[in-house]
Amino acid sequence: MSAMTQDTAVRTGRLARAAVYSALLVFAVYYLLPLYVMVANSVKPLDEIRSGNMLALPQVFTIEPWLSAWSTAQIGVEPTGLVPYFWNTIKMVVPAVIISTLMGALNGYVLTKWRFRGDTALFGCLLFACFIPFQIVLIPMASVLGFLNLAGTTAGLVLVHVVYGLGFTTLFFRNYYDAFPTELVKAAQIDGAGFFRIFWRILLPSSGPIIVVTVIWQFTNVWNDFLFGVSFADYDSMPITVALNNLVSSSTGVKEYNVHFAGAILAALPTLVVYVVSGRYFVRGLMAGAVKG
Amino acid sequence: MSTVAFLEIDHLCKDYGPVEVLKDIDLSIEQGGFLVLVGPSGCGKSTLLYTIAGLESVTRGEIRIDGRSVNDLAPSKRDIAMVFQSYALYPSMSVAENIGFGMEMRGVPKAERQRAIAEVAKTLQIGHLLSRRPAQLSGGQRQRVAMGRALVRDPKLFLFDEPLSNLDAKLRIEMRTEIKRLHQSLGTTIVYVTHDQIEAMTLATRIAVLKDGVLQQFGTPAQIYDDPANLFVADFMGSPPMNLIPVTVQADGAGPSLVVERATGGPATVPAGRAEGLEARAGGEAILGIRPEAITEVPADGMADGAAVVACQIEVVEPAGADTYVITHLGGKEVVARTSPDCRVRAGETLPLAFRMDKAVFFDPATHDRIAD
Repeated sequence: MSAMTQDTAVRTGRLARAAVYSALLVFAVYYLLPLYVMVANSVKPLDEIRSGNMLALPQVFTIEPWLSAWSTAQIGVEPTGLVPYFWNTIKMVVPAVIISTLMGALNGYVLTKWRFRGDTALFGCLLFACFIPFQIVLIPMASVLGFLNLAGTTAGLVLVHVVYGLGFTTLFFRNYYDAFPTELVKAAQIDGAGFFRIFWRILLPSSGPIIVVTVIWQFTNVWNDFLFGVSFADYDSMPITVALNNLVSSSTGVKEYNVHFAGAILAALPTLVVYVVSGRYFVRGLMAGAVKG
Repeated sequence: MSTVAFLEIDHLCKDYGPVEVLKDIDLSIEQGGFLVLVGPSGCGKSTLLYTIAGLESVTRGEIRIDGRSVNDLAPSKRDIAMVFQSYALYPSMSVAENIGFGMEMRGVPKAERQRAIAEVAKTLQIGHLLSRRPAQLSGGQRQRVAMGRALVRDPKLFLFDEPLSNLDAKLRIEMRTEIKRLHQSLGTTIVYVTHDQIEAMTLATRIAVLKDGVLQQFGTPAQIYDDPANLFVADFMGSPPMNLIPVTVQADGAGPSLVVERATGGPATVPAGRAEGLEARAGGEAILGIRPEAITEVPADGMADGAAVVACQIEVVEPAGADTYVITHLGGKEVVARTSPDCRVRAGETLPLAFRMDKAVFFDPATHDRIAD
């Protein structure tokens, strides 16, 4: 290649790269703008929002709206802030995620390593859980919860989320364990390990990547759920998503937009943190292949 | 070595729904014996091993180890140890934990466990690997660890499922020798599955050849090699394989003789040597089976008894160092002869070849079985 053509190649390369970067930059701004608006307005006094520009940086910085959203804002009729509902959500999310992940792992283990007649059909049925729209199950679920005496309780919400999540968690673990060498299970059987011992000692310690994927998936879904929360929770067990809605739609007094923005960020923060902290394990887990023995 | 059967497989059948994987298998091996199950892939040899291990149930028949029926015993209660094709080392455990896992499951105290692990590690020279994970080991090291896990149990019966098939050629031969040495020093009964007929020949005291779930032949390596029961066994065992030449049987006063078509020079007639039931087939067809080493150039110092000479046109010459293989066509089939490296024949020339007819065997072309008296 002559020096001339090489020069041209470098120049067009630079031009193309500049175009790509500008396009990426535009998209990044486009996606980050809502977050910017929320953060900027959550630290402004209310006057500034009403008189000024939504896009302007705050002239007076205040964390008052955050404090108010967290502990004093009017949620429905009570001036409690979001904090009790934050704990409600925690009490719902933690057991729901742990139980659904463990059960999904057990299902995946049975469906791949203890095959039985009709296992594929059963797995197919479980997969339906991934595709059934939420609205369809609302009324049957309400009557089941009533029958079990769990209506309006956190335990009831945990049950709903475990049942609903099982399709996904089973799918994740089944596909992961499908690539897990069956000879390891056979070897453990000869070594004298039983059903649960093989699960705890052989499979689970090698399941790190898929556990991370499942936990992130379940955590985000259960945390962000609004429909089940609004349908099945009582005032005492209401999750933060529902409380946020009540905060924003409270009809008494003035609309405190800055408090609303702060509350919305508070409600979204845990999922954001989980994704930022373990996002790269999520991608790695999704791409992880067979365990090499 | 006692002749009392130690492992007995008694009319064993295994079905997967309508598919019969094992059909009426009847085998036994004495204490300290080395039984090799050999056959092409899908012949049922691994399934048979898995039924002995208890990892697969049996449909009919019985398996006895040391006189006791084990049909209803769990794998861990059969006093066996198994080495898997993929080695099946637990990925989350260290080498020492892998070797000790079985003892841990049986509740052996920790101190005793560590002593046993150290002892096995010494035998197999893997002491420096004990704290590593399987992922940090080479193929040969994993193989050793897998053997260590089996050895530490000191079982009545060792089961090997194609343990060398994942190693490269050189290491495979080394480990083959090592397994044989181990067997000689331990004297434990071994059942070994392979699709490699050379492994079968070198290791076994008894070979069982399987095809499509049916036991084709069961005998010592010499019996399998010299007296194959049918065309399949003849063709499967040995490398290069036995020459199988279609011939026409003739009978005259001096006993049966064979007429074989040559590529050039018209048909040749040779005496049948081992007659075994050929007279009854005069005028009919048969298949002559003769191993490459039973066809040589005519020796300068006179021929062995029972040899017949046929001049053959040589098509290909393949020097292999210790031997030179020459290839010709007889009865429309390619025929390989093993000559000495001094044989200076060139492709296209005609060479008189001496056929050791006393080593020949005959098969029925219709049933593929041996023609017997």
